[in-house]
Amino acid sequence: MTTGNFTDWAGAIVDIGPIYPFVGLEALFWILGMAFWVYWQVCQSVQERRGWEEDLSKFGDKPLPTAES
Amino acid sequence: MSDPVDALVVIFTEFYYWVTIPLMFLIHVGFCMYEVGASRWRNHMHTLMKNTMLIPLVTVTFFFFGWWIYFALPNGPGITGGLLEAPWATGWSPLMGPHLGGATAGFSSDDTILWSRLNGVFWAAFLLFSWTAASIVSGAVIERIRSTAFWMAAVLIGSVTWIIDASWGWHPDGWMVQKLGYHDAYASGVIHAVAGGFALGLLTVLGPRLNKFRADGTARRILPQNPWLVCIGLFLIYVGFWGFYVACNVPFYDIQAGEEVFYSATTIYLTPTTLSAITYNFLMSLSGGLLMGYMVSRGDAFWTYSSGLAGVIAASAGNDLYHPIQAMFIGALGVIFMYKMHYWVERRFKIDDAVGAVAVHGYAGVFGVVVAGFMLWGYPASPNPDYATVSPLGQLIGAFVMFFVLGFLPAFILAKILNRFGMLRVPKAVELAGLDLGEIHTRAECAAELEQATAQSGREPSGRQV
Repeated sequence: MTTGNFTDWAGAIVDIGPIYPFVGLEALFWILGMAFWVYWQVCQSVQERRGWEEDLSKFGDKPLPTAES
Repeated sequence: MSDPVDALVVIFTEFYYWVTIPLMFLIHVGFCMYEVGASRWRNHMHTLMKNTMLIPLVTVTFFFFGWWIYFALPNGPGITGGLLEAPWATGWSPLMGPHLGGATAGFSSDDTILWSRLNGVFWAAFLLFSWTAASIVSGAVIERIRSTAFWMAAVLIGSVTWIIDASWGWHPDGWMVQKLGYHDAYASGVIHAVAGGFALGLLTVLGPRLNKFRADGTARRILPQNPWLVCIGLFLIYVGFWGFYVACNVPFYDIQAGEEVFYSATTIYLTPTTLSAITYNFLMSLSGGLLMGYMVSRGDAFWTYSSGLAGVIAASAGNDLYHPIQAMFIGALGVIFMYKMHYWVERRFKIDDAVGAVAVHGYAGVFGVVVAGFMLWGYPASPNPDYATVSPLGQLIGAFVMFFVLGFLPAFILAKILNRFGMLRVPKAVELAGLDLGEIHTRAECAAELEQATAQSGREPSGRQV
């Protein structure tokens, strides 16, 4: 069992090529990566809006502390 | 890689670009310090995180599609030809990862030997330019833009529009180089003008910070919260700029036409230059900018430091070829132009550019591209004798493409769309209270609780520490 496309360094180096695991699945990695980026943007957008709503409801009527402790 | 000299050339080139990357990282450290110092304390953490998070967002998107754009679009497409194949630069290419060279489907052995070692460092050098472009925009919009909106804008400029302009005007076979003789060796236009134009496009829709302008329309000065941090940040950007300049070169290339061989450093256009040339001119244009900035701003530290940067930017388009004294004067004149433009645009259009980014990068960058057209009139823009030579008209069109077509316009359109959906600007109540509202109160509450607990433990007989 190996996740790479080689099992030793003894052969000709130029025959090895890519050395990361699961060679051949690069397009799948790319799709997953793009999906992660889009998911992050959407989640962050919702989180940002909710965060401000919460902050305003909790602290909106209080003056800011004048200096940080 | 079996011949020691050939292997050394490849490994030296790989190392050369790698060294530029941590140097350019300092540009980002500098921008973060600069922006946080320029913001008011109730917005510090938001300002910092807004700029910091563009790093991962631009990095992943530049991996997914930005790098491919550079190699695929030199012809427009549709101006001098179609889309070009760039199989080493797609996000799913085996050469966009650890690779030892040699046999890979779709690539010749020579291709893989070269690209397996240079692709990552070359990609990263360009990526750091991408961060810089986005970070330039970040400073202009502080204290009122939503992070969500800024990060979308950062991806647009960092992984799409600037790299399109690089493909068009900063590639040995870009259509602007071929047809216009566009010359911009150290990126006056391809980074600075495009980022300045982009910032202006966002600002036009975003509007000024609350209370920036008086009722009669004159501007109030919102001074930096921490001038020290601003100045040291700008100093760090100077340091990182060395890496930026070096990364714009190809370190080892045969520049001799015909049968003979002559190795030299070249610009990105593969035209000859030397590291000495750019060292002279970097320092002389920096000095011209600093001297003039001190004079026009009457010794204001913020503008003097910014002017050093603007001086370099104003001379960068031709700093591979200028005499150092020419570079000094061009830097100095560029500073007068950008300083006057900043205040004129602020007065006339009520644009609140919080850190002068549009001026330092946009106006000085445009100035640099246009001046290079006159100073280098008739110079070959490329080793290819069939391509156009440098000219004032070519550079003028080039400056327009950089600042307006790929800078201002995409940002303006994106900002309009985001504004339409209420996603561009923070709510007014938040802006008034401070973007760090929740964090500041939470910190104060935590500190008060800790203080109370400490006082209580002092009264306990055991003297136990809390």
